[in-house]
Amino acid sequence: MSTMVDPGPEAPETAPQQAKPPTRLGDVLFSKISLVSGLIVILFLAGVGTFLLIQGLPALGASGETAYGEPSIWKFVGMLLYGTIYASVIAIVIVTPLAIGLALVISHYAPRSLAKPVGYLVDLLAAVPSVVFGLWGLEVLAPQLLPAYKWLSEHASWIPLFDGSVNSRSLLTASIVLALMALPIVTALLREIFAQTPRAHEEAALALGATRWEMIRLAVFPYARSGMVAAILLGLGRALGETMAVAMVLSATGTGYLTLSMISAENPNTIAAFIANNYANASGAKINSMIFAGLALFLLTFVVNFAGRWIATRGQNKG
Amino acid sequence: MTRNTGAPEAPDSTDAAYTELPMPDTLSIHSGQLPRQATLMTVVFAAAIGAVGGLILGAGPTVIVLLAWAIFLVALTTWSTIVEGRRKGTDRLVNAMVWSTFVIAMLPLLSLLWTVITKGGPVLTPDFLSRDMTGFAALGQGGGIYHAIMGTIMVTGIAAIIAIPVGVFTAIYLVEYGAASRLAKMITFLVDVMTGIPSIVSGLFAISLFIVITGDPLPRLGIGGGVALALLMIPTVVRSVEEMLKLVPDDLREASYALGVPKWRTIVKVVLPTAVAGIVTGITLAIARVAGETAPLLLIVGTFPSANWNPFDGAVQTLPVYIYTSLNGTTDPKYGDIWTDRVWGAALVLIIIVMALNLIARIIGNIFAPKTGR
Amino acid sequence: MKRTSFRSIAAPAVATIAVFSLAACGGGNDSDTELTGDAGDTSVYEGLSGKLVGGGASSQASAQDAWIAGFSTVASDVTVTYDPQGSGTGRENFISGGYKFAGTDAYLTDEEGELSDATKNCGSTPIQIPNYVSPIAVIFNVEGVDELNLAPDVLGDIFAGKIKKWNDPRIVADNKDAKLPNADIRPVHRSDESGTTENFTDYLDAVAKKNWTAGVVETWPKEFGGEGAKGTDGVVKSVTDGEKNAIAYADASKAGDLGVAKIKVGDAFVGPSADAAAKILEVSPEADGAGDTAMIYDLDHTTTEDGVYPIVLTSYLLACQQYDDEATAKQVKGYLTYILSDQGQTIGSEEAGSAPLADDLRTRAQEIVATIGS
Repeated sequence: MSTMVDPGPEAPETAPQQAKPPTRLGDVLFSKISLVSGLIVILFLAGVGTFLLIQGLPALGASGETAYGEPSIWKFVGMLLYGTIYASVIAIVIVTPLAIGLALVISHYAPRSLAKPVGYLVDLLAAVPSVVFGLWGLEVLAPQLLPAYKWLSEHASWIPLFDGSVNSRSLLTASIVLALMALPIVTALLREIFAQTPRAHEEAALALGATRWEMIRLAVFPYARSGMVAAILLGLGRALGETMAVAMVLSATGTGYLTLSMISAENPNTIAAFIANNYANASGAKINSMIFAGLALFLLTFVVNFAGRWIATRGQNKG
Repeated sequence: MTRNTGAPEAPDSTDAAYTELPMPDTLSIHSGQLPRQATLMTVVFAAAIGAVGGLILGAGPTVIVLLAWAIFLVALTTWSTIVEGRRKGTDRLVNAMVWSTFVIAMLPLLSLLWTVITKGGPVLTPDFLSRDMTGFAALGQGGGIYHAIMGTIMVTGIAAIIAIPVGVFTAIYLVEYGAASRLAKMITFLVDVMTGIPSIVSGLFAISLFIVITGDPLPRLGIGGGVALALLMIPTVVRSVEEMLKLVPDDLREASYALGVPKWRTIVKVVLPTAVAGIVTGITLAIARVAGETAPLLLIVGTFPSANWNPFDGAVQTLPVYIYTSLNGTTDPKYGDIWTDRVWGAALVLIIIVMALNLIARIIGNIFAPKTGR
Repeated sequence: MKRTSFRSIAAPAVATIAVFSLAACGGGNDSDTELTGDAGDTSVYEGLSGKLVGGGASSQASAQDAWIAGFSTVASDVTVTYDPQGSGTGRENFISGGYKFAGTDAYLTDEEGELSDATKNCGSTPIQIPNYVSPIAVIFNVEGVDELNLAPDVLGDIFAGKIKKWNDPRIVADNKDAKLPNADIRPVHRSDESGTTENFTDYLDAVAKKNWTAGVVETWPKEFGGEGAKGTDGVVKSVTDGEKNAIAYADASKAGDLGVAKIKVGDAFVGPSADAAAKILEVSPEADGAGDTAMIYDLDHTTTEDGVYPIVLTSYLLACQQYDDEATAKQVKGYLTYILSDQGQTIGSEEAGSAPLADDLRTRAQEIVATIGS
């Protein structure tokens, strides 16, 4: 952590007031305000958990109509969780090689004068609002992908991934949009990590006659391994919770289908997209079911993000 | 030094070192080297073959480009492997693939910006920006997004009013007061958790909260949108301010204390001014991020045909929600694609707002950033 | 470096500011639509002002837009909003008093106690008037096919996914002259809950129970598969822009240039038209619970009457006979009177494609609305 020097005449560690007099009113006020702000953050998060629980738990008994046609609330949430995870995993499979390549361009391949603009362009991608991404995915990307899907369906339909009646608004289209949205954050994390490789390791590898790729393989990757896993997990966390792009692009009915196919009209649905698309028509107990699904999504992203941060800090301590 | 050399050709001097490594695949001690323009030559070669092959097969431009790209990778690698050895060949292959990812990542961005600008640009007339959706606008005549722009400004503004003080003071607590205390660690952890809250969940939270507060089964309030966005904004603000405060050298603080300046005045007069550029940049980026959020607003602020400046009463129209709902807007076919035009026009305005905020943040960062040798 | 980037950044920022200041004088619209028809007894519109909030079925959203626009010309001081949140939300908020009037695709029943609750809230039996009757068209997009005749059982099997090819003998049997391709049928349905789906499946359930086994549903039955699209516009877009060979059901007024199938009624094939749809109310029996203030119908989809189009969406308007607040009572009375006036019915049919109510039904509805008071 940062090396905080003991902050002055008064205030050892925890209880500044008990320290030496005189206690200044301004100091007390200021530290109190800071403390209260910190507590507000805690309160905010506790509020999220509490309200989701209050509004979500009544859905535990839901079935049939109130669980959107599923026999139980667990099946309802399970179906949506499947779609949420599946879509995000495809997105991460797409984004991982792209982000590694892109981060290497910025950290190792591009000449200094080019690295900065390239990084800026990637940040620009992060600035595009998700609703605009969804719009683009629906109107521009989906029609472009259709021929490729048709080809896959004709030549590779024996693979379960490419089974079913072809549709441009399929899970793969949604996942590609998700991948683009996760790309900036994963790239940003990776380039930080790659840049942290000790210069001595890299120069040692090069001095031994390694090519640039060998240097990256031998010096950069081993050093960055845990950081890469963490970056990918954090990207996954981002993709899991993304709403609008999927809601706008994906052709999914109700809780969706338990299918592996990525290019058909009959797709799994994701929690976030389901809520966005069905909230308007929901009333009564259905709202509870929906908030319950939101709670499940919250827990899922929490676990994934937590794992990501845990691996990141563990890697830092070790390295 | 070597790290950032852009040219794909490795310097000759490293060749000598090859003899020190076990190289079963290289027969000669001094392997050859491709000419300087090798990459360019291969690109031309691949493009030509790809085009000819594509035309013979009757393929479209996309397929031709893909074909040429594959030929380029194979040809360059093979050529290099034959002349320079397998290790150099692999290096060239990786080099080409790494740069390919850059192109692949930029294509969607360019396509997106191009589409939004070409489709939205013609829609942006003074009328479109100064009118709302009352009267006959919903039927397909005229109409505009004035109310949505104002709503976005208002709701984002509310979020900023809530999130900035809370975020800044939390960061001050974490850096200046809490230090390594257990509470500070807990807050740091919770801020991390907050970073990962899906936007739709923050909307659900806001709606649950205001169902309880107002007793209305379907609350539609501008303030609710502000709360939801603040929830998304606080962690970004805390993080960036925290980073900036940590960068302030402790010497400055100590010097101030040594002069007998109280701690809070030290923070206000010394620490914050030193870090101000970074703080403002971080906050502006956080605002830019939430200004484009759709999902929570969809749930809690709803839609409204005209500007509503009262955040405590009734729905407010915002740009992202306007875009989303207009996608399903329908009118008699005699009005043509007016809704499609509106969608792209609103998308362009939203992008302009968000990008402008981003650029402003970067200007602030660039102009006021402390000069470092890095 | 810094200078150039600053300039390129400043331009859009300045543009944005200019846009806002320009927009700041905005709001309001003017229109060039000429309203036709008589607005009825104008004395009910005199002295009206304030906000009137309603909402509910999204099916009648565009008709409500039309009425609100028209109403603003006779009572410019009232701001009516209609929140198209869906029938269920509409009924719930009507019962809780959040909406002063509501639109719903299903009339109130006591299956879940809604009728009693609404009666309790209003203080007397609520008013239910069929205000939006519109044909649901079966739209298709098949290369080289302009006309399509479908029998109910064939229609049921197509949407149930049992007939998979366009040149299936059962389709060909009714379309001897059409060049039906040997291609997969791509059925498109509403992915969200909707009254359109409910009325469409109500029809299939009534006339093709053997083929359509999912009953009457608001959400498309997943087991029958097909492509889902959100909203009427989403469905129409998917059929229009997507790959060919699609078929779907949608509000007839939004069909645009798409092919529209004729449906077998008795021995004839009938296409959707407002007149043919309006007829079904005349041949349908009143539902249980119909009374002095409730004009509710169970549509007779199995009718073989000449010239009736059987796939119809009926949506009702809910209001109270008495309101606690005199101003609200006057607003509701004024707005409903306008909807039922000549002008209201004309603008509804011109802009939203709803079928004007037959004269005798309209007279009855007007008599009911005239009783609204406080």
